Amino acid sequence: MTALAPTAPAPTSTPPTNLRARVRRNPAPYLLALAGAAWLLVLFVIPLISGLAVSLMTGNPQEGYTFTWNWGVYGQLFGPGASTPYWLFLGRGIFYGVMATIVTILVGYPMAYFIAFRARPEWKNALLLLVMLSFLVSFIIRTDMWAFLLSDQGPVLTVLRGIHLVGKDFHILGTNAAVIGGLAYNDLAFMVLPIYLALERIDPRLIEASADLYGKKPATFFHTVLPLTRSGIFAGILLVFIDSAGDPVSPSLLGGTHTYTIGQAIQDAYLTNQQYNVAAALSTVLMIVLGVILFAYARIAGTDNIEDLV
Amino acid sequence: MTPTDPAVMRGLTQARLSRRTLLRGAVTGLGAMAMAATLAGCGIKGSDAGQAARNIDWKAFWASQKKTGHLDFANWPLYIDQDKGKIPSLEMFTKATGIKVNYQAVIQNNAPFYATIAPQLRAQQSIGYDIIVMTNGWEVTELINNGFVMELDHSRLPNFAKYAADNVKNPPYDPNNAHSVVWQSGFTGLAYNKKLAPKKVTSFQDLLDPAFAGHVGMMNDNTELGGAGLLATGVKPVDSTPDDWRRAAEWLIKARSNVSGYYDQSYIDKLQNGDTWVSQAWSGDIFQAQANGATDIEFVVPEEGQAIWHDNMMIPMQAQHPVDALEWMNFYYTPEIAGIVEDWVNYICPVPDAKQYIADELEDPDVSDSPLVFPTADMEARSNELYVFKNYDEYELWNSIFNPVIQS
Repeated sequence: MTALAPTAPAPTSTPPTNLRARVRRNPAPYLLALAGAAWLLVLFVIPLISGLAVSLMTGNPQEGYTFTWNWGVYGQLFGPGASTPYWLFLGRGIFYGVMATIVTILVGYPMAYFIAFRARPEWKNALLLLVMLSFLVSFIIRTDMWAFLLSDQGPVLTVLRGIHLVGKDFHILGTNAAVIGGLAYNDLAFMVLPIYLALERIDPRLIEASADLYGKKPATFFHTVLPLTRSGIFAGILLVFIDSAGDPVSPSLLGGTHTYTIGQAIQDAYLTNQQYNVAAALSTVLMIVLGVILFAYARIAGTDNIEDLV
Repeated sequence: MTPTDPAVMRGLTQARLSRRTLLRGAVTGLGAMAMAATLAGCGIKGSDAGQAARNIDWKAFWASQKKTGHLDFANWPLYIDQDKGKIPSLEMFTKATGIKVNYQAVIQNNAPFYATIAPQLRAQQSIGYDIIVMTNGWEVTELINNGFVMELDHSRLPNFAKYAADNVKNPPYDPNNAHSVVWQSGFTGLAYNKKLAPKKVTSFQDLLDPAFAGHVGMMNDNTELGGAGLLATGVKPVDSTPDDWRRAAEWLIKARSNVSGYYDQSYIDKLQNGDTWVSQAWSGDIFQAQANGATDIEFVVPEEGQAIWHDNMMIPMQAQHPVDALEWMNFYYTPEIAGIVEDWVNYICPVPDAKQYIADELEDPDVSDSPLVFPTADMEARSNELYVFKNYDEYELWNSIFNPVIQS
């Protein structure tokens, strides 16, 4: 006991308010934060700035691109005289993202609820593994398999036509529903896992208390369980919406001629036409629009405390 | 509550500008300015500042080069003969010449591969390959115009002069084969599913027929798509003008209402799945689909004609083993070796005499008798070379005309 005494902090001393003093006093947390900060700087801030910088360049792949503060590119792409309807592609991407998010909540919440409250404890890990199992296969291959299964002469439609549930001209691929379904399928686990975590953390006594206060099952769910999992739903929405709004893969593999999205436009501008400034401007706009939407959402529906999100 | 002097309130609520804050602000401002200056100095290099300016005496260059006994060969996946994990044609080459070949199937697509090698070539560095294979189009034109590929020494390619098919000699994108010899060619025509299609397909105009609504596949490659539009409107792509391009785009937009999608290589799956009943198609894919049992699918040379494209072997600048590369090109252009490769690859053989070799020696009449591999004179007559872009502005104009067909 006496040996420990010198290292124990003196309880009476007031914590220093000056940042430098605090760092000197206890450097460990700040050093640990350094790794995270470096990560954010290298993989987030620098790409963000360089993306913005590239969007302000002018030139072409042959002569190269030079930085010229060309803000006009945004007007050319999104202004009234734009030759390509990028607003439409952006709107479509956001629409698909929103719809896919709604589908994942509707499908994922009951799944998470079942695993958290109804499944026997020894099955929980196995069920969670099943949720994540599809991640073992590349999502491009998975999406392509859907394209095969849902094709006009594929197994699904052949059977449906065979039992006269759908007409001869019915098809799935190339429709909005196919794209939304593909996005929701690929991102389902991103919704299930955060909700499951939030459900797991609920103290069962709160549910009992709700019952004791004459809350029927629906009331208990809507007034106790659902609000307590708001953070999980919020995290799930962030993950699914951001991922699916800009996804080029599902629209190109499952979509048709009227499902072209901003993600595909960015990919085509970058890889096919090598118009780096256009690609960078499109992705900057996409990022800003997503940021504004999520910020507004967080202000309206989000939690009071950011720590609730994690 | 006693009234407070407003100055005190201000002092309490507002931060005072200390000298330190001012200094910090100044440093931040300077930093921002420095960053802006850095940004202004940065850019992405284009391909123009290439090696074109360098005047090379190719005769002297080739005279000074020696055989090294090694060859680095970059090609596309599944594009050479294979036998239990080995490549017989390359083994025969090693046996005959002593040159060991490092064969890499690294080229997945023209534009990204070009984007990968262009910076190295611009910096006059070796890209690590002595032979690359790329399709005629904007990238090959860039490679040639920028001086990124060597001029070939045709005195060391006697077999090319002797055996090469007429359709690979003196192509419009590389006059006199100065920089390239063809590895394989292919037709882009139409293919349709005999079982599902409501009628026989004979012409591009069939794509407009409402009977095919929602079951027409087109390619998402602007060059291929534009080529089809030009042929459909009765224009030879190689002689076309921007006005022709606009009319072709109008035709393609008209066809859009029937189109189910604009596809990459996956068009062949769509055709086999039955998602599309008629599709723009490459001859080699259709040959292989038929060989694998998809007998309902038939290749059609449209009445208006079809496009022919070529995958070209080229020697990039700074290649370490150029003489060995020439030896392989010469070795390939024989009925025997071209036949062995062709019997596996099934696109269009650049050596017509390989037909006899495949029939007699390899005893594979499915390949040797196929007009998709050894085209008939009639098919050749209805084949059209693609447009050759003169400069980037033309290429950009082409893209700006045909992009809206796909993007809407």
